[in-house]
Amino acid sequence: MTSLSSSTLTTTGNGLDRSGTSAEGTGSGRPKKSPVLSAVKSVAKHVLLIAAGLLMLYPLLWMAVSSLRPNDLIFRQPGLWLKTLHVQNYSEGWTALAQPFGRYLLNSAIVVIGAIVGNLVSCSLAAYAFARLRFKGRKIWFAIMLLTIMLPVHVVVVPQYILFSQLGWVNTFWPLVLPKFLATDAFFVFLMVQFIRGIPRDLDEAARIDGCGHLKIFWHVILPLMLPALATTAIFTFIWTWNDFFTALIYLTSPDMFTVPVALRSFIDSTGGSNWGAMFAMSIVSLLPVFFAFLFGQKFLIKGISTTGIK
Amino acid sequence: MSVVGELNSLRRPKGAKKGEKEESPDNKAGYLFLAPWLIGLFLITIGPMLASLYLSFTDYNLIQPPEWIGLDNFHRMLGDSRLLNSLKVTFTYVFVSVPLQLALALLIALVLDRGMRGLAFYRSVFYLPSLLGSSVAIAILWRQIFGTSGLVNQVLGHLGVQSPPGWISNPDTALSTIILLHVWTFGSPMIIFLAGLRQIPRMYYEAAEVDGAGTLTRFSKITLPLLSPIIFFNLVLQIIGAFQSFTQAFIVSGGSGGPSDSTMFYTLYLYQKGFGQFDMGYASALAWLLLVIIAAFTVINFIAAKYWVFYDD
Repeated sequence: MTSLSSSTLTTTGNGLDRSGTSAEGTGSGRPKKSPVLSAVKSVAKHVLLIAAGLLMLYPLLWMAVSSLRPNDLIFRQPGLWLKTLHVQNYSEGWTALAQPFGRYLLNSAIVVIGAIVGNLVSCSLAAYAFARLRFKGRKIWFAIMLLTIMLPVHVVVVPQYILFSQLGWVNTFWPLVLPKFLATDAFFVFLMVQFIRGIPRDLDEAARIDGCGHLKIFWHVILPLMLPALATTAIFTFIWTWNDFFTALIYLTSPDMFTVPVALRSFIDSTGGSNWGAMFAMSIVSLLPVFFAFLFGQKFLIKGISTTGIK
Repeated sequence: MSVVGELNSLRRPKGAKKGEKEESPDNKAGYLFLAPWLIGLFLITIGPMLASLYLSFTDYNLIQPPEWIGLDNFHRMLGDSRLLNSLKVTFTYVFVSVPLQLALALLIALVLDRGMRGLAFYRSVFYLPSLLGSSVAIAILWRQIFGTSGLVNQVLGHLGVQSPPGWISNPDTALSTIILLHVWTFGSPMIIFLAGLRQIPRMYYEAAEVDGAGTLTRFSKITLPLLSPIIFFNLVLQIIGAFQSFTQAFIVSGGSGGPSDSTMFYTLYLYQKGFGQFDMGYASALAWLLLVIIAAFTVINFIAAKYWVFYDD
């Protein structure tokens, strides 16, 4: 797990040679590569990558730019330059729905914070048990935990809905938050298990000899050392919960409870999907938190994804 | 080790580590720490699974109590042409978008492999869409981009194409736009490929080069076999994920799965039955069929893996 960041960008010195090697054609064989040729190849590679990257980001950039254009120009300008700033889209979008958009941001924030706290607490407890404690049935529970990672949510969603509606929880945040306190996002349990396995056992054994119980070892030894895994979990939980549409669509029925994705969806209904300027403006508003989470949490996101393959 | 690798290794019993002295078992502590997860497992996962299995044999609309109808829901499926169509749409989506996405992810990962200048920058650029791709905002963007007067058609217009098609209003092209959206989010498998590529010892390539192996030979004899567990892992997870796609089709089609059911993903149909018409028995039967399909694909994948996945250990 830790090998990733250390080797990320260390080889800039001979970077050219190496990339040249891997891109070398089949014919010419090994004898002394010409530095000019490999430099040309390297430049070509970067040009292609930058072009591909621009193509990838173009839709996003275009949406950002279009959110500042009047509606009629959105339909006529594929370019990324702006002549005037039509900031009205933002004020229009903010008030276009039943509630001001701030309400939806607040709702999303409540759900996201609940989900993060829930995942951090419940997943770390379970992970400590799986990684460090010996108890009967550990292997079987662990296998079940791994299997639940792959379980489609649809096979449980109907009875869950019935359960939560009988508890009177439809149109509350409970169905979105409570499961997180019960470690239902099992990939985070797995991620944390992987991480704890990398922490030397000597540390908790020493603590045990000093007379610490498991709760103390967990709290004073393991948790502080697994901060990177906790950060990874928090950031992924943030992004996924922020983006979660399906659960919110099912459980949240009145506009004052809507989270951002459901609110965005109701734009299509309320404007007939025609007020693109306002829709884009609020879409950008809804993407910004994810974008910043990405910006500041990249290191954790990339580590998390390459160790567990969580999407 | 990945989730899939871990599952794989659970099948083969590891040599019993007798060297480790049996400590006193922590049964009580173990179950205490596991308690939240266990409660969740039974209350939020296994309980509802069993309930949904039961409901799949009933007719239930949330108001009247469930009525046992035996296999009727499953018989009904056979004659449900919209369901069969949604299966066709979903299979097409899975079979086209997953290989395309993984191929692109692998290609870019190979280009970005070790020693690449600006790796961190490129990795971020290619990864970002996969974080945003599942959001409603991006689905709304896609709706515009491929709308009749959307971005794509503006560009085509500038290139002189007369009356380009209305991509999402045309049943022949609507699904392709969602496939493209999925392919666009190749960043996360790419990251996994990059991590896998880094594990391949450099000296293998150097040795092969000394033996005169060309790029293609090195790729097919070293990279592919050593990367095969990672490819397998990505394949399994992406297939499972793709079968469950929902948001994009929902938003792009305005919740209808249209035009002419051409974007009626399986999960969208399930949603309409369960939460649109409150046909909960039928929706549960659909959910179990989905589980069976996904499980079947996963098992087939694991069986097929014996023939092409190369484990180093």
